[in-house]
Amino acid sequence: MRTDRASGVVLALLAAAVLEESWRLGLPLGTLATPGPAYMPAVLAGGLLVAGVLVAALSRSTVTLGEAGWSEWRHTVAILATCAFVALGLERLGYRLTMALACAVLLGAVERRRLLPTLLFAAGLAGGTYFVFDTILRVQLPRGPFGF
Amino acid sequence: MLETLGNLGLGFSVALSPPILMYAFAGCVVGTLVGVLPGVGPLAGISLLLPATFGLDATRAIVMLAGIYYGAMYGGSTTSILMRIPGEAASVMTCIDGYAMARKGRGGAALAISAVGSYVAGTVSVLGLMFLAPPLAEFALRFGPPEYLALLLFGLLVLAYMSAGSMVKSLAMAAFGLLLGMVGIDQMSGYFRFAYGFVELGDGLGVVPVAVGLFGVAEILATAGKATPPAVIRPRLRELLPSRQEWRESAAPIGRGTVLGFAIGILPGSAHIISSFVSYVVEKRLSRHPERFGQGAVAGVAGPESANNSATSGAFVPMLALGVPSGPIPAVMLAAMMVHGVSPGPMLIQQQPELFWGFIASMYVGNVVLLILNLPLVGVFVNILRVPYPYLYPAILVFCILGVYAVNGSVVDVWIMLAMGLLGWVLRKLDFETAPIVLGLVLAPMIELSLRQSLAMSDGRYAIFVQRPISAVLLAMGLGLVLLNLYSFVRRGLDWRARLALADKGEEA
Repeated sequence: MRTDRASGVVLALLAAAVLEESWRLGLPLGTLATPGPAYMPAVLAGGLLVAGVLVAALSRSTVTLGEAGWSEWRHTVAILATCAFVALGLERLGYRLTMALACAVLLGAVERRRLLPTLLFAAGLAGGTYFVFDTILRVQLPRGPFGF
Repeated sequence: MLETLGNLGLGFSVALSPPILMYAFAGCVVGTLVGVLPGVGPLAGISLLLPATFGLDATRAIVMLAGIYYGAMYGGSTTSILMRIPGEAASVMTCIDGYAMARKGRGGAALAISAVGSYVAGTVSVLGLMFLAPPLAEFALRFGPPEYLALLLFGLLVLAYMSAGSMVKSLAMAAFGLLLGMVGIDQMSGYFRFAYGFVELGDGLGVVPVAVGLFGVAEILATAGKATPPAVIRPRLRELLPSRQEWRESAAPIGRGTVLGFAIGILPGSAHIISSFVSYVVEKRLSRHPERFGQGAVAGVAGPESANNSATSGAFVPMLALGVPSGPIPAVMLAAMMVHGVSPGPMLIQQQPELFWGFIASMYVGNVVLLILNLPLVGVFVNILRVPYPYLYPAILVFCILGVYAVNGSVVDVWIMLAMGLLGWVLRKLDFETAPIVLGLVLAPMIELSLRQSLAMSDGRYAIFVQRPISAVLLAMGLGLVLLNLYSFVRRGLDWRARLALADKGEEA
């Protein structure tokens, strides 16, 4: 399937999902004189639906979905997984430990750097940013159960 | 005129006081440092430093944040020219010819032209801000909900029309951004919309996590996995000065870029991004040697860089005079001003003249500081980029997460940033622009409120938008853009049919 066709279909489906969700959540549409909370989402979903159909219909793309160039997907998955770990661990393990672990994983496991520079960089970055932002700039960053 | 100069005198007495000067300088330094980091643009920079200004008084805080804003705009050009990595979206056009110049050994000249062009544009556009903001504030009083709605829609259409790709795709992305702006509590009825039990989404999706995800994280996802990371080029000090020929070639583009950037910057939209794109197109059309564009044309650096920086000042006009942010960054600036108890809008100039004029004067001072920083210290800043990319991108990610988390202290924002990063990466592959999403998100609450107020005013009659002259003119201009795009689309189709017919004839012969 061509990229424009696929993206047009996804946009149209998204618009349909918004309309369905507005109805399922029971948001009142209101009247023209007093539009309700579902009025604007419905108008926008209508616009997105039309745009999606136009993108698919006026498709000029000659590239198929498979040819769009996804070669770096392994890196992408690894980086996103590490970031997801940060989001999960930030308030449980604390800023410094979570960031140090995430940097160590990115450098050591994903980028295959040597152990010592990896550990030094990870600890330095986590500790340094914590010092600058939490200690100096007073941006409150989470501490973990071990006090850091 | 005399009154304006008198007010400017008051502004300089504020801006040249040592503490304010120090904060302007600190803002410029931090902004430039942030700007040279790929993935961390002015938006993330302002968001990162915003909590640090909570302890300052309003004038110092706003002056420092403004310094970060235009410092980051300047800094973005360094990575664009030397590494072909835009520090942020507005520097994209500088990448093309700036990098080509650097490859030809003219990297120093490109950086110098960019710095001087930015200085000239910044200074001249502040003059425009000085003289246009007060009359605009008076004009703003004529704006009711229908006029605001027409203005906001016009901004979205301008962005879609000027975008490099398809207008339909850009409008689809704008509609998607507007839909994202529907998440949260409805301002007029109090209903929760699409929040799915997340209390944090009550105020809606934040601009910062969405923008940092779509630009910063998506850039890292696209670049980190490449087989060969971008090479670093370090300019030598003696190469910094452009030749006489290069100065001559850059003078007119700097002038045009300044005027164009300021005019576009006033419009709602990701103004500085649009302005650099438009400037590039204009310079290419006016050039006697359009074939040089993409191969290291001086005008391809001078025009977009000037337009980009001029738009920075232009963007402050609607923000200060109307209270309408003209893009995601002024939106964060607006939020910052509100945090400090300042309400931008028509009354700001009357009620807090020392803040308004101090801000204007500090922009002059900031431009001088930036020129001093950018010319001789380019070599120093570039050393940050000598860090190999496998070490650089984890650091950038840490700053992205830190910046997003620091705004609300919420992990939900980090998740939103990650989702947007993935979405931005996919959209790049599918050839969609992401700037309209951010713009749609920023404008959504204002558009919805204006539409509902207008319909309430007119008892549900849409004719109100064409009965009021200002909104009618703005909507007609927007419609004109759509028709122009439609015309070029039909013409391209006809050209294609004509070419096919010629090819068929050739085959028959």
